[in-house]
Amino acid sequence: MNDLLAQFRHRDVISMLDFNRDELEFLFRLTDRMLDSINEYRDLLKGKVLAIAFFEPSTRTRLSFESAMLKLGGSVIGFSSEESTSVAKGERFSDTIRMLDSYADALVIRHRYEGSAKLAAEIAEHPVINAGDGRNEHPTQAMLDLYTLYRLKGGIERLSIGIIGDLKYARVVNSLLYGLTIFKPRKLYLISHPLLKLRDEVRRFISSKGLQFEEVFDVNEVISELDVLYVTRIQKERFPDPLEYEKVKGSYRVTADLVRRGKEDLLILHPLPRVDELDTSLDGTRHAGYFKQASFGVPLRSALLALILGGLTSGCS
Amino acid sequence: MGVAKELIVSKIKDGTVIDHIPAGKAFEVLRVLGIKGSEGLRIAIVINADSTRFGRKDIVKIEGRFLSKEETAIIALIAPTATINIIRNYEVVEKRKVSPPKIISGLIKCPNATCITRHEGILTTFELLSGELRAKCIYCGMEIPYDEFIDIILKQLGK
Repeated sequence: MNDLLAQFRHRDVISMLDFNRDELEFLFRLTDRMLDSINEYRDLLKGKVLAIAFFEPSTRTRLSFESAMLKLGGSVIGFSSEESTSVAKGERFSDTIRMLDSYADALVIRHRYEGSAKLAAEIAEHPVINAGDGRNEHPTQAMLDLYTLYRLKGGIERLSIGIIGDLKYARVVNSLLYGLTIFKPRKLYLISHPLLKLRDEVRRFISSKGLQFEEVFDVNEVISELDVLYVTRIQKERFPDPLEYEKVKGSYRVTADLVRRGKEDLLILHPLPRVDELDTSLDGTRHAGYFKQASFGVPLRSALLALILGGLTSGCS
Repeated sequence: MGVAKELIVSKIKDGTVIDHIPAGKAFEVLRVLGIKGSEGLRIAIVINADSTRFGRKDIVKIEGRFLSKEETAIIALIAPTATINIIRNYEVVEKRKVSPPKIISGLIKCPNATCITRHEGILTTFELLSGELRAKCIYCGMEIPYDEFIDIILKQLGK
């Protein structure tokens, strides 16, 4: 356990591929503790400052990082759009990172360009957490998605999971798939419009890791087999060509009628925000796991910050 | 009457001999070196020569031209079996076996328009996935097949 504590200490979180099973399960156990008794940790990060630099809009991720830090007694500085910073005056990204690095003990970065968190980690002396870099990765979302499966389904290996939607541009899908290469569900269906299929490099990678998956275009073909349906929004903002977006807009929709044809205990997850791909009529049903999933964002990020910024001993984790 | 089995190419005094190039790749090697034929260099190109090791091979001999580290690295991508002999006064003074680099850093811009390196004005680093014959930008994760990657390098280096 002390080894695992040491592995997390002062660590960057750039990609799901940087983590192994022991580390993730350790993080999940601490998340359980945070959920059950966060008060025990309320002074853990007292005196520490987290810089939250969001160059792209966000609600859940930004606020859950803020809340996670505040619950551990730490403080938060930062911004949530480029317009409110010197970036709008033309400041280089690397200069902004250097400045924040001198103000804070850790940095959380969201940016529209791929590789931004990795570059920030090379510049900053303090740990950098990737909260989404373009269409590339969003590792802490994947961590909380996997944690949700542990918490609500008791594990991952026995599950038949469908991921539906924008598999081409959604960074949460990449990170989740990288995470699933570690936990290997029994069956994985990648369900999308042909124009939203998984990118070649991601497909090649997950294949090379022995993840069994099938690509299908119609959710109706597989709905009855699924234990979990993970729904994603079409990432309109990442389409290089608006005409391409028009072709796929509204191409899938998860409705009460569809879910009725699924298993009794089918769990529906969504990283949120949603647009029209997930019907609100499902919100009050036993299938809706997405609000619970979102609520795990704070304890999971608290656990992660506690591990990275230190203060934990083997006894309290 | 016997048929000449060997193609006689005269020795060079000072320069470089690139041997064991996979058959058919000699012109690509010349492209890496930016040699179009109009530079006034004395060059011998042998295509499909017999090779005990590979069956067939290409050879390029260039009088008065030596290779930079970058050029050697790119040649290693195109012709991983090549050997480079540096000739001084008709003697081989150095024999280099090329080995494809694992990393190519600071040579070219990432072709992905939404890679952060493009917007910070920095040259990126590519990791070479030799088993898959692909190059991957370590920042944005974009993967490019070797042949496209070589074209991008040559284009960006103005060759």
